[in-house]
Formats: sequence, structure tokens, C-alpha cells
Amino acid sequence: MAILSKDEAQQILKKVIGFSKADGIEANLNGSDAGNIRYARNSVSTSGEDSNVSLGVQSYFGKKSGTATINEFDDASLEKVVRRSEELAQLAPENPEFMEPLTQQTYQESKTYFDSTAKITPEYRAQAAANSINPAVAKDITAAGYLTDNRGFNSMMNSKGLFAYNKATSVDFTVTMRTNDGTGSGWVTRSFNDVSKLDTAEASKIAIDKALQSRNAKAIEPGKYTVILEPAAAGDLIGLMFFGMNARQADEGRSFMSKKGGGTKLGEKIVDERVNIYTDPWNENVPASGWGNNGLARKKMDIIKNGVVTNLFYDRYWASQKNVEPVPFPGNRIMQGGNASLEDMIKDTKRGVLVTRFWYIRPVDPQTLLYTGLTRDGTFYIENGKIKHPIKNFRFNESPIIMLNNLETLGKQVRVGNGEGFGAPSLIPYLKVRDFTFTSLSDAV
Amino acid sequence: MKRRDFINMAGMGATGAALLSQFPLMGKPISAERALETVDVALKKQLADVALNAARSKGATYTDVRIGRYLNQFVVTREDKVENIVNTESYGMGIRVIANGGWGFAATDKLDKDSIAKTAETAVAIAKENSRLLTEPVKLAPQKGLGEVSWKAPIEKNAFEVPIKEKVDLLLNVNDAAMKAGANYITSLLFLINEQKYFASSDGSYIDQDVHRIWPAFFITKIDAATGKFETRNTLSAPMGMGYEYLDWRPQDKIHSVTTLYKGRYDMLEDAKAGGMQAGEKMKAKSVEPGKYDLILDPSHLWLTIHESVGHPTELDRVLGYEANFAGTSFLTLDKWESKNFNFGSKLVNIVADKTQVGSLGAVGYDDEGVPCGKWDLIKDGVLVNYQVIRDQAHILGLNASQGCCYADNWSSVQFQRMPNASLQPGKQKKSIDDLIKNVEKGIYIIGDGSFSIDQQRYNFQFGGQLFYEIKNGKITGMLKDVAYQANTHEFWNSCADIADESDFRLGGAFGDGKGQPAQSNSVSHGSATARFNGVNVINTSRNIG
Repeated sequence: MAILSKDEAQQILKKVIGFSKADGIEANLNGSDAGNIRYARNSVSTSGEDSNVSLGVQSYFGKKSGTATINEFDDASLEKVVRRSEELAQLAPENPEFMEPLTQQTYQESKTYFDSTAKITPEYRAQAAANSINPAVAKDITAAGYLTDNRGFNSMMNSKGLFAYNKATSVDFTVTMRTNDGTGSGWVTRSFNDVSKLDTAEASKIAIDKALQSRNAKAIEPGKYTVILEPAAAGDLIGLMFFGMNARQADEGRSFMSKKGGGTKLGEKIVDERVNIYTDPWNENVPASGWGNNGLARKKMDIIKNGVVTNLFYDRYWASQKNVEPVPFPGNRIMQGGNASLEDMIKDTKRGVLVTRFWYIRPVDPQTLLYTGLTRDGTFYIENGKIKHPIKNFRFNESPIIMLNNLETLGKQVRVGNGEGFGAPSLIPYLKVRDFTFTSLSDAV
Repeated sequence: MKRRDFINMAGMGATGAALLSQFPLMGKPISAERALETVDVALKKQLADVALNAARSKGATYTDVRIGRYLNQFVVTREDKVENIVNTESYGMGIRVIANGGWGFAATDKLDKDSIAKTAETAVAIAKENSRLLTEPVKLAPQKGLGEVSWKAPIEKNAFEVPIKEKVDLLLNVNDAAMKAGANYITSLLFLINEQKYFASSDGSYIDQDVHRIWPAFFITKIDAATGKFETRNTLSAPMGMGYEYLDWRPQDKIHSVTTLYKGRYDMLEDAKAGGMQAGEKMKAKSVEPGKYDLILDPSHLWLTIHESVGHPTELDRVLGYEANFAGTSFLTLDKWESKNFNFGSKLVNIVADKTQVGSLGAVGYDDEGVPCGKWDLIKDGVLVNYQVIRDQAHILGLNASQGCCYADNWSSVQFQRMPNASLQPGKQKKSIDDLIKNVEKGIYIIGDGSFSIDQQRYNFQFGGQLFYEIKNGKITGMLKDVAYQANTHEFWNSCADIADESDFRLGGAFGDGKGQPAQSNSVSHGSATARFNGVNVINTSRNIG
């Protein structure tokens, strides 16, 4: 039941719209089958599957709207949920920012669904975990990991004739490898729509190597360092920058995109001119749905072009106030990379720090987009073009805007998976950046 | 997920309109009236017995069943308009079993006999599958059956019974007060939770519980278009395990310091007015000179430092490595506990875990594996003496009973070890906030929680706040801004030099503390009186991005 085809979803939604007696109605029908396996201390700790389909109906009278949800799909239940949403709408206060639903949009399909991932079984998950745990045990290392897979669909229809449908699969894998003496730790992340690209043994080997190499780290003084950020580290900070690019906040004067004297920095150069960040739902390495919030069609779109801000995100209400087209929040983030390999970047570094990932990143000052957080699971000192030795973790206080102004070299792009979740789904290059601000040392391994 | 993350997720922190789709909906939207309905206890017992019998017949040696009805209500406004009113309900059953020595879990929202029996069978099948990978069988600390018992949060006014209009009027008045006091923008909200939980186990316990939580909050922004600068001031309220009476303030619930502080009850209107003014004051405040300061930390701030640097590292599952791939491990390793002399903090530092504290977020009669809740020392006279333990961990510490720290955030989530309320005990000598401040030569008085970050073993942390006041030679000399402090947990708690007395003891807390993969949310309170920490490293957080 969880994955409805386009025709099946359309059939149910047509019935729902047909039951409406309100000024208008919008219905969302979504479903997913998700599975996961979690392991720690070299043993599986939990595993499970979860299946869910739900229908959300929003009816409106003028500027009053009400929402009701149901997970039963016989005719009587469908009519009941429509009536319920109408009752709630009648009771609701007017929302001056209410926007009537969109009329039919044109969407371009995106290949986000792969049968390989949809067919993942509990046995596959157990084997994926075993392929990660066994090599760890052989190297006197303790593995803790998590694999989660999802196949699902999203669909919506409204009384203005709009219908949208997309189905997608995803698989996310992370593993932390810790040496049994407690002095080394490595981590790796993988994220794909197509599970045939995932090899947990290959990924786990990287984390094991990092754990072994990071043993007995030395402390170096905090301060400003040239850093080489692996894509997972850079991607988190770039992802957080996206969350701050809401047009309304900028217009209201309470964003890092707000300008002295009023107005926004839209159209201004805010970072190094080699920085190009865009969204493209049809990128085959990080595909996203061709439609987003409220059924708005997504398109390939520059966010930052040659260092200049070219788009902020407008919801439909704010766009109507500003007389511009709405710009939906992107389904993916892509930062253009360069040709340099990680080895090249290390070779060209006289003195610097290689960062595997950041952890516990939290906002400090929204005016400058200042964030704090720590390095984790593999931090290394580079001297005269070579990795010299592992170093203790640092706390940083840095803004992605300052980071992207201090750009030295762009490396190759990698699809970023989940860490704390700020960076995914993205294609982000290795970045070499000067004067990255580390403010204190951490004893954590 | 901390409550600030919830705010960010809900698009209410500094962003614009909050849409229904941005809420972390924890169930189905329902009407406000439906939230007042309850499920008959006799029916719940019948359904639980179906699950217990089915699991036993399939080979389970232990079974527990949780029938949960989880209700939420959000009322969200900004400036002069209502942004959203949402009621949600989630109802279903989770069945956990031990078979062949391993755990299995399955859940269903279809509570007919066939579906329950099938779910129990699935749980047993998963347990048997998982047991093949076990290195040693689950060892469960004994818990005798309690028969049919119940527990209700001692609330005075069920917040779900208060008409929506009254709530909307309160929030719009709060917004108006803040705007009149100088705020340019304000988002205010009420977030209400009612967990109706029924627990039954093959030990012979049938436990019916009714838990209530409330969180009134606001977020003010003051802008200066000419300079392009802005400042924010968030609410000084605490999320509480209380009913709507939390908002019926009384004069005795207020502590008059440099701003009004709230103890057990909250005057939202007064705080919004103060917030509007203080956001403006922050614009003009002096940027802090970085260096070492003695910090006077208000309970509205210190709760979060306790949560991150004491609460999380004393979770036994973290110590053992079960959370290594996500939240991390802990520096409080078992050898430190075994030594019986690890000086976690100065002799003044006594931190007590307490699942029974009235009005706290974590207060329940029994945890989610049927263990009666209690109170115990985590840090005694500065020394690490205990952890947070559930039934299958008790044997690791040589305990013959669980400490009752098991919790699941939904019927569909498997229960695991979660943090109890953990509070810094007040000082024994009679001392007010002023008594603490008057002895400080060079210091900063911090009120309210702000930015927070800590490493994966809980050594190095950084915290911000809402209001910062400079102390010079025992006197508050004015407001500061751009303040954050960084410390090492061990050094920080060993620098604890003074704590105000019991009359200043107040609770703060987290409405949605995140842990686990898939992540689950937990509500927990942390209390303290105002406390002093010497020689803490303060940094300046201002930057220029052009």
C-alpha cells in the first residue's frame, strides 16, 4: 500500500476533491516504506521497518482554512476527512496571509526512484552491517553504524486543477569506527538514491583507516589556520547558509542578507568570485523532485553566481507582496568544484589542517551567520605538503560567508550524506580555505 | 532536537510565516474538543492482554505493551495575527519482547485483536532473528508486578480545556506589549502536550498515566535599518510539566533582579514588555572585551549547561558506546566511577537525578518499562557516584534494580535510556543573587539560554545567553553583548565557587531533547539556584561580513 502509482494516487485525490463543498480544497497524499539497521559495540542493536501512507486535506472559505488527516482510503473515510477539514476551516480565525492554491503547473520529471533501493530487504541490511563490522573486528576496532533506506511517493491535487506526483528512493549510511584503546576515531558517510552505488565495506575501510591514523593525536594551538575541508564538513556550513537565505527575513532587516540602510544584498557580491552555488533537480548525482512546497515547480537556478547572490527564496505570500515570482526552497544544493584532488590540495599546503567533519554546529550570531561547532573523527596537521600527524579536535567559530571569502582552492565534488543533517542532499567540493578560526581545543576523541 | 531546533524547524525563530507543513507533526490533526476525550482503562487492559498472551504463545519470555495516545496543540502568532492553530493526535500500540534472549519490537495503529496478535508475533520473530547476532543474552533487572495502578500529573488546569480564543488573546496581547515596548517583530506560541500512556507487562503490571506539559514562548527582534544591525531577545519562560496554571502568575513567583525572573509560574505579558525594551538596550550595549571572567549564571541559563555537560555524559548507554555513531560517547568512563574519587566538580557541586519532581518535564510515576520512579545522586560533593540506568543495564553497575530512565517518544518508537531531570542542588547557606554578585570583582551575569554546542565526549562546550550584564567590584555596571563562554566540563564544574540558597531554586528545561537513530525526542527539566563559576574564558562573537 505504501507506494501508490501516479494513477492510483490521482484516482484517490480526484475523489477527495469531488467531495469538497468549500470555496476550495487542496489534498496531499504521501506514503513511505522505510527500513533501518543500527549497530554498536560490533553488534546489531536495533532494526526495523515502518510503513505509512497519509492523506492531508486543507479546505478553505475565504481566508479561513482547516486541515484534517486520515490513513484510511475507502470512500466514506475520504468524505469524512473532507467534511472534517471544512468544519475546522469554519472555526479558524482568518489568516491575512492565506494564499489560494496554485493552478496547474508544468513539471519536468526527475529520476529520483530506483528499483534497486525499493527492493532492499532485512537480509540486505544485515549483510551491509556485517560488511562493516567484520573488517572492524579484524583490526581491533569497534564499529557503530546506521543504515536507513526509504521508498516513498508524494502527490497533491487541488480544486484549481493542479496535480503533482513524484516517487523517490534513498539510502543513507554512516559509520563511526573507534580504536579499542579509545585514542582514534574515524567516520564516513554515504548517501544515494540508487543503493547499487553503496558499498558499506569500501566506506567502512575509509573510517577504519581514519581511526587508525588518528590515534594519539597531538595538541596544537588554536588560532587561524588554512584548512582543507572534506565535503561533509564544508557541506554542513553551506547548507546552513541556505537556511538563512529567506527573502522575507532579509527584507525585514533580520538576516545576514539584510543591507545597511534597508533592502537586501540580492545582486551583490558576498563571497569569492570563484564561488558558484546552484540548484538543479535533474542533476543525476543528486536528483530532487521537480516540484516543492505547495506544488511550485522547481527549476535549475543559480543561488550564487561568480560570488554574487542571484536568488533568495520567496514563499507565495511574500512574493505577492513584493511583486516577484515565488522561489521555492531548493530540493538540492550544488557547489561547483574544481580539478584539484585531495592529494594535490595537501601537496600545495605549507601549514594547515585537514578536517573530516564538523559536529554540533549551532548558530551564534544570525547577523553574520556565525556558527560554532567542533571537528570530529579525523583531524590532521599538514606541514610542507604532507600530513604530519593527527591533532586534537578544535572548536571553531566561523561564518560560511567569511569561509567562502577566504577560498584558496576548489577540489572535486562529492555527494554529501547525513551528519547532523544540515548538508544533505548536496554535491559539495573539497575546499581549501585560509584563516579559518579555531577558538579552543577539545579532548574529545 | 533541542527546543531551539524545533523553533528553527517550525520557521519561527527568525524566519517568516510558519506553515502547517513546517511543523514537526507528531500525529494526525484533530479538533480541540477531541483532545478532551479519553480511552477507557478497561479497554486498554483488554487490548494489552491480547498482546501479552499472543507474545507468550509465540515464545516470548518477557513482554511489555505500551498503548499511547499522544496529543499536541500548537497556537502560533506573529505581531497582530494568528499564524496557525494545530491539534494533533497519535494513537497506537508498541509491543516489546524478549525471545531467545534478544529484544524485538513492533508497533501498530490498528488496535483490533487480529492486528495486535500479528504485531506481537512480528515482535517475537524480530527478537528471534536479532538473537542470532547476540554475544550475550539480555539480562533484565527484576521488577515485581505492580498490579493495576495509575499516576496523574498534579495539574490544576488542563490546558487543553482552555478555549483557543483565550490562548490567542493572550498571545496577541503579549505581541502588542512587546511591540509597544520597542520590538519590531515578535513570534509567540503555546505548545501543549498530553501523553495518555498505558503500560502492561508480563511481570504483572498494568499502569495508566496522564502526563501534561506546557511551553509558552516568544522570540523578539529589534532592527536598526540605518546600520543594518538587529538584536533578538527570547522568552525567559521554562517549558514545564504543568497545566495552564503555569500562566497564572502570583507575586510570590517573581524574583526581582536586574530583570524579573520567574519561579514556577510565568507572567508572559510582563516578560514580553521587558523583552521589547531589552532588545533595544542590547543594540546599544557594549561589546564584550574577551578574557577571563567570574560568571554568575541564572537558572534560566544554567539549566542548559547542566543538561549538556552533566545530563548527557552520565547516560550509561553513551558511556558504553551505544550512541557512538551519532551523539557520541562520554568522558565519564566506568573507571572514573569505579575509582569513587573522580572529582567531577568542586565540593559544592551536588547533582541529583529526580523523576518525581513536581512540575518538572520528566516527572512520571513509572517509566516506560514499568519501574516506579525515584531520586538518586549523580554527583555527590563533587564526586561522580552514579549514572542513568534502565533494566537491561542495571547489572553492569551491579545494581539489582533499574533507576527508571526508560522512555519512548511515541507508541511506535522503541523505548531506550533517556535522561531524567537532573538538578544542581542549592547552596546550604542563606544567600541571594545579590549576595553572589557583591563578591565578584570582574564578572558577567548571564540570564536566559542562547547558543549551545558541546563535543561528542562532552569535554569542550560553548554557551551564549539572552542577557549579559557586566559586574565590576560587586556592582552591575551595564549591559554587554557579543558574549559566549567556552570551557572544559571538568574545569568548569571545579570552578563552581558559590551557589544561592533554596529560595532561588528554579527549573529550566528542554521540550525536545534529541537522541538515537532514528532520532527520538525527550522532555527534561534541570533546576538550580543562581551559581558562580570563577575564571571562565569569555569570547567576543561579533564579526564583520561587509
